[in-house]
Amino acid sequence: MELNIRGLKKRYGDVTVFDHFDCSLLGCAVNVVFGPSGAGKTTLLRLVMGLARPDAGDLSSLSDLKVGAVFQEDRLCDNLSPVSNVKLVAPSVSREAIQRALSSVGLGSCLDKPARELSGGMRRRVALIRALLSDYDLLLLDEPFKGLDETTKETVITYTRGMTAGRTVLLVTHDRQEALAMDARRIITVKTEGPETG
Amino acid sequence: MASTSPSDGGSRRNAIRVWSVLLWLAVWQIAAMAIGHDILLVSPVTVVRRLVELAVTGSFWNSIGFSLLRIIGGFFLAAGTGLLFAAASYRFRAIEIMLEPPMQTIKATPVASFVILILIWVPSRNLSVVISFLMVLPIMYTNVLAGIRSTDRQLLEMADVFRVPTGRRIRYIYVSQVLPYFRSACSVALGLGWKSGIAAEVIGIPVGSIGEKLYQSKIFLDTPDLFAWTLVIIVVSVCFEKLFLKMLDAAVGKLERM
Repeated sequence: MELNIRGLKKRYGDVTVFDHFDCSLLGCAVNVVFGPSGAGKTTLLRLVMGLARPDAGDLSSLSDLKVGAVFQEDRLCDNLSPVSNVKLVAPSVSREAIQRALSSVGLGSCLDKPARELSGGMRRRVALIRALLSDYDLLLLDEPFKGLDETTKETVITYTRGMTAGRTVLLVTHDRQEALAMDARRIITVKTEGPETG
Repeated sequence: MASTSPSDGGSRRNAIRVWSVLLWLAVWQIAAMAIGHDILLVSPVTVVRRLVELAVTGSFWNSIGFSLLRIIGGFFLAAGTGLLFAAASYRFRAIEIMLEPPMQTIKATPVASFVILILIWVPSRNLSVVISFLMVLPIMYTNVLAGIRSTDRQLLEMADVFRVPTGRRIRYIYVSQVLPYFRSACSVALGLGWKSGIAAEVIGIPVGSIGEKLYQSKIFLDTPDLFAWTLVIIVVSVCFEKLFLKMLDAAVGKLERM
């Protein structure tokens, strides 16, 4: 199964981000988006999430999908614990299951601390677990492993790969090793002068 | 090199605070003794003695209960209405525009004008409910609306993407974000509610209220009573504010941990 984006156009003022951009996402697999900074990787994700409207183009194959996401920013509720942050988007998942998931990525010691007291890497992992435990058809990951040290990154990638096996994922990253480790099956390249599908 | 821990600093500040209160009480006592007339300036010792005399009477507690119930009632009504109005104004711009003139008018109008006008409409025994409500409402409304407006857009976007329903958005996102604004509004509004409520009672003289007692102390030039009742108002107001804010923090903490 493929999810198609056809003839996508998006401009911000005088800046053209996408001009007749086409790409296809492979269903039930990890798709990775590569491209230099400012090429429109995050814009592509925002368009897929419905947070930005395209000037033209067809994203209808994605419009009915339930989306889970790790944003470029962590977007956690600072007063809430990691468990409550996950519970916010995944109310049907039991507290024990959330605690187990958080512990799997090394957050077992701070399950009930307010998110504002967590380090950058810890917050990133909470944001990732929140997305992984949400009810989604399409998972969008915008540099989900940034700010993690190498050992933690390895653990987190292994866990994420296991959790997303057989699911449709769109991963934005600058790191080809991360794409390999996530077992990416399709590469989508976006360039500043105009995107192309690879 | 000598160093001080934060707890040392805290206990030192408390000690300075206690000593400064004692110093001002001493200045007050000396000034009262120098003047020598209770009508002009009553001493703190006399005030405490009078307070003890009043505290053993039933009417003392009845008056506190009478005013407390009405002023706090007006406060809660205003807090609820302010929350509803702020939420409606945030959702519908037309409601905000519609509410602007009355809110500005209430803020600018002197309490005395409201008291006289409202005395025509409602019995004096319920006057402090209405006055407390009117004084508190614009503060709650303005602050809560500012709080809702300052809610992190990125969190709301996150909630949109994950399709978080309204109830959970309110509980997990808005409550946390609006709480600091609501809390500071409560802190300001409770003091104002008490001051305006008692002022209204002094003008309307409802039987059995603290305001009536203050009015009588004015009529009979009973300065010890005036000071004793003023002390009661301050203590009740401060205690209620502290208790209410503690309960609010506990309730929000519990809500966030659920």
